[in-house]
Amino acid sequence: MRATSPATVHQEDDRHVAVPAARDIIDDDARAALPYQAPRWNEPLIFALHSDGARGVIPARADPRELARIPESPEARVQRQQAIALPEISQPQVLRHFLRLSQETLGADLNVDIGQGTCTIKYSPKINETFVRSPRAAATHPLQDPSTVQGTLRIIAELEQYLAVISGMDAVSVQAPAGSAAIWGNVQIVRAYHRSRGEGDRRDEVITTIFSHPSNAATAHTAGYRVITLYPDADGLVSEAAVRAALSPRTAALMITNPEDTGIFNPAIDRLVRAAHEVGALCVYDQANANGLLGITTARAAGFDLCHFNLHKTFSTPHACGGPAAGAICATAALAPFLPGTRIREEDGVYTVQPPGPQATASLRPFYGVIPNIIRAYAWIRALGADGLREVAEGAVLSNNYVMSRILRIPGVTAAYLDNERRPIEQVRYSWQKLTQETGVTSSEIGQRMADFGMHYWTSHHPYVIPEPATIEPTESYSRRELDDYVRALAAVASEARTDPERTKAAPHHSSIHQVDPTGVNDPTTWATSWRAFRRKYLGADMPVPRHWEPAADAPAPIRPAKAFHR
Amino acid sequence: MSAIGVDSVAELYAAIPDRLRTSGPLDLPAGLASEQEVERLVGDLLSRNRTTQEYTSFLGHGCYPHYVPAICSEINGRAEFLTAYAGEPYEDHGKWQAIFEYTSLMSDLLEMDVVTVPTYDGLQAAATALRMAVRMTGRKTVLVSEAIPEALRIKLDSYLDGHAAIATIPVDITTGTLDTAAARDLLGPAVAGVLLQTPNVFGVVEADVEAIAAAAHAHGALLVASCDPISLGFLPAPASLGADIVCGDIQSLGLGMHFGGAHGGYLAVHDEERFVFELPSRLFGLAPTRKRGELGFTDVAYERTSLARRESGVEWVGTAAALWCITSAVYLSAMGPAGLGELGSTVAAHTRYAIERLGAVPGVSVPFAQSPHWRELVIQFDRHDVAEVNKSLLAHGIFGGVDISRQFPDLGNALLICVTEVHGVDDIERLAVALEGICR
Repeated sequence: MRATSPATVHQEDDRHVAVPAARDIIDDDARAALPYQAPRWNEPLIFALHSDGARGVIPARADPRELARIPESPEARVQRQQAIALPEISQPQVLRHFLRLSQETLGADLNVDIGQGTCTIKYSPKINETFVRSPRAAATHPLQDPSTVQGTLRIIAELEQYLAVISGMDAVSVQAPAGSAAIWGNVQIVRAYHRSRGEGDRRDEVITTIFSHPSNAATAHTAGYRVITLYPDADGLVSEAAVRAALSPRTAALMITNPEDTGIFNPAIDRLVRAAHEVGALCVYDQANANGLLGITTARAAGFDLCHFNLHKTFSTPHACGGPAAGAICATAALAPFLPGTRIREEDGVYTVQPPGPQATASLRPFYGVIPNIIRAYAWIRALGADGLREVAEGAVLSNNYVMSRILRIPGVTAAYLDNERRPIEQVRYSWQKLTQETGVTSSEIGQRMADFGMHYWTSHHPYVIPEPATIEPTESYSRRELDDYVRALAAVASEARTDPERTKAAPHHSSIHQVDPTGVNDPTTWATSWRAFRRKYLGADMPVPRHWEPAADAPAPIRPAKAFHR
Repeated sequence: MSAIGVDSVAELYAAIPDRLRTSGPLDLPAGLASEQEVERLVGDLLSRNRTTQEYTSFLGHGCYPHYVPAICSEINGRAEFLTAYAGEPYEDHGKWQAIFEYTSLMSDLLEMDVVTVPTYDGLQAAATALRMAVRMTGRKTVLVSEAIPEALRIKLDSYLDGHAAIATIPVDITTGTLDTAAARDLLGPAVAGVLLQTPNVFGVVEADVEAIAAAAHAHGALLVASCDPISLGFLPAPASLGADIVCGDIQSLGLGMHFGGAHGGYLAVHDEERFVFELPSRLFGLAPTRKRGELGFTDVAYERTSLARRESGVEWVGTAAALWCITSAVYLSAMGPAGLGELGSTVAAHTRYAIERLGAVPGVSVPFAQSPHWRELVIQFDRHDVAEVNKSLLAHGIFGGVDISRQFPDLGNALLICVTEVHGVDDIERLAVALEGICR
C-alpha cells in the first residue's frame, strides 16, 4: 500500500511560482491532493438556444400529393390550429448542449460510486451496450410473430431460469420495469393468492421493517393494505418476538429485506418466515441487497414464498439517471400460477408465448419487460457463471469490510449495530452523529462537500432512524486504490468540519454549480416545475389556462403534508 | 484480507448460519473466459431475430415505429448519463437540467405547466391519473373508454381494484369514437373521473373531447386524457380541450421499439396545489444558487413522495425511466415545431392513404373510414381469418397488423394497421398488393 497523504483540503487560489522538478509529475501523493474541479459549462436552458427557423432534424415527408389532400380529408376537422410551442435549434447546438449536460453528470463510469448504499452501483460491461443497441434487439416489435424473435424469447426464458437457480425458487418473471414495480407485482400476487383461498378480505395487513426499502410499505399501502412497520432491537435486528407480536390472522404478508439496508444479516430470518407461515401469511423477500449473497444463500433456503431482484443493482444493468431499470419476481411452484401476464415456454427448442393463465396477475408492463436490461443481465450472468457470481458476492463483502475498517479510523463516525464482533454483508450504515455534535456539520453537508472531490455521497432513506446517516456500498467493481481515494476524501471532509466548518457548510466549491437554496421556490405560488411555469410566475407571460375541473362540494379538503426535502 | 484481519472470506459470512448456506456451486452454465466469447454467444442468439428493417412492419398498438434520429442514440449512449443515478445537483447538475428540460419541453407541447419525472410507462401513468381523480374527488366510480388497448384496461382494473369501480363508456360502432350520449348518461355524482384515449385504440381521433370534458366538469368529475405526445404535431393538446390530467407514453419520442422495452410514462397537470400534491413521481423545479446567473434545481414538494414518507406518501416512487426522458428531450429539441408538425401531417397523409388504398382491396373494408384517423386504422376481412392473413403476409416479408378481434369480437376479422413517417406509399402499396393476393 502506498503512503497515505495527509488529509488535505483544496485551496481555490492555488498559485504556483516555481515549476516543480520533472520527477514530481508522478508524485502520487501530490496528485491526490490536487483539487478536483467538476465540468462547469454554465449552460443556459435549452430554450435560450432558439433561433428563428433553425432545424435540428428533418423528418421524412409524405408525397406532396398526399399532403395536399389533407384539407379535404376527415383529418382536417381535427387538425390543430395553434402553433407548436417548441424551440427551434440546429443539430450541432442541440448536440453540444446535451453533451455539456452529460459532462456535468457524474456517472459511475467516472467516479468511485460507492456512496449510494442500497443501490449496488457496479460496473456495467460495455460489450452489453453493443447488444442492446444493435438492430437485432432494438428494431424488433413485441407483437412480431414469435417465430421471428426466437433469440430474444430465448434470452428472456433462460434469464428466468438462471434467476430461479440463483434464488432457489421455481419460477421467475422478468417483466417488472423496476425494483419497486416488482415489489408491487409481489403485492398483487399476495392479494390474488389470499383471494383464491377466500381470505382476501380478512387479510388486510402487511408487516414490514423500517430498514426495508420504503417501497415495500408504499406499494402495500397503494394496494389497500394497512402497513405495520417493525423497528429493530438494540442489536439492529427485528426479533422473532416482535414479528410474532405483529402477526395475526389478518396478516397477508411479511415483506422484508435481508441483509436490511444496514448491511446486517438477520440469522433468524427463517424463523421469522416460519412464524409468518404459522398464521397463514406469505413471506416476500426484497432482494435489493442480494449482491453479497450470490451463491451463498437463497430466498428458498429461508423459506420465502416470493422474492425479487433488481437487475439494475445486482445484475449490472446501468442505473441510467434513474431508469430504465428492471425487476425479477421469483416464486415458489405454489405461487407460479400467479406470476403476471404472458409467459414464455420452450418446447423442443421452440419458444412460444403463452397467454396469461386463469390465476395470473395483471401485467406489470406493456409487453415483456425492459428488454435492453434483460439482455444486459443475461449477458452478465453468462459471462460470469456460477463461480463468477460467487466471486462477485465475496468481492463485494470483502470490499465492504475493507472500506469499513478504513472509514472507522475517521474521528466522529460509527457503524450502526456493528460495535461488536459482527461483520456486515455488502454495505454499512454509518452515523456521523458524533461529528455533528462536535462540529455542527451534518451528514447532508458532508455529502455536499464530497461533490468537491468528484464523489457521490448519499445519506439514507427517510426516516433517519440512525442519526446523521450515510450508507456506503463498495461492491466488487472498485479497486483498493479507488476505495482508498473515496475514504481519503471522506476523511478530508471530516477533518475540515473540525477546522473550518463554515467552508464545509458552504459547499460545494468545485461542483458544476454552487449551493442551491430551495426554500423560496417550493410553495405553490413560487415553485417552477417547468420553463413554462417559470415564465408565467416570474416573467409575467400571459398564457391562458383553459377551463378545467373545479372541486365539487363533496370533494375532500386537500392534504398538505409538512415540508420535507430530499436530504 | 490482511488489512481487515481475516484469514478467509468465509469468516466474513459468519453471520449466515450453516442451515441457510448454499451447498455447492449454482447450477448455471459455466462462465465465459473472454469478452469475445460473450460477443459470440449473445450475438448468435440475437441473430435469430428478424427485424423491422428486414421485414416491412405495420405493427403498432402501443409500441410505435418512429424514426430515431442519430443524435438521440448518441446522447442516450453517453456513459455519464447511462451510469449516473441518484446524485444531487452537485454531482449531477447536467442530469437535473436535462430532466427539467424534458419536463419543460413536454409542458410546452402539452400546454400544461406541470409534468413529472417519468413513471414506468403510459399504462402506469393512466392508472395513477385515475387514482388521483379518486383521491381528489373522494368518489368511488370511474368511467373508462371502451376504445383503449386491452393492456391499458387490464392495468386499470388491477390498479383501481379496491379503490374504485370501473364503468365502460361504449364505442359508437359506426364511427369508432366514444358514444358521447352514453358518457353523459353514465356521469353522475358518484363519478370521480373519465378516461379516454385519443387517437384511440382504433387510431380514430376522439371528436367530442370538449363536450365530454364539459359534461364531466358539470358533475364534478375530472377528465383524464391519454395521448401520445408525438401526435400533437398534428392534433391539439388535450388540455386545450378541457382535459385535467394528461398522460401517456414517451416511447415514440426518439426511443425506438426495443421489443417493447422502451417505455416511459408522463403525467401532466395544471399548476394547482390540488393536482400537484396528488402526483407520486418526483418533480424538478428551478431554484437559485449562491451565484447570480447560475441555474439550480431542486425537488418540488418532495413531502408528497414515498421516499419522504413511506406509506404515507402518494402511491410510490422509484427508479423508472429517466434516461428515456432525457432522450425524448433531445428528440423534441432537435425536431422542433417544424419537424413535429411535418411528421404529424406526414403520418396523417399516410394513414388516409392506407385507409383508401387498403379499403379498395376486394374482400377488405375499413370500418371507420369517414372518421378522422392518425397513425392507425382497422381493416376488416369479409372471409379471411386474421391469423391466416398474418401468416401469409409473413411469407411476403411483411409483419401484418395486430389482431384485435379478441378484444372487439363485434369487428369480426379485424386487424389494426399502423403507418408512420417510416413508411412510404410504396410500403402501403406492397401491403395492398399482398392482401389482394391473399383475399383473391
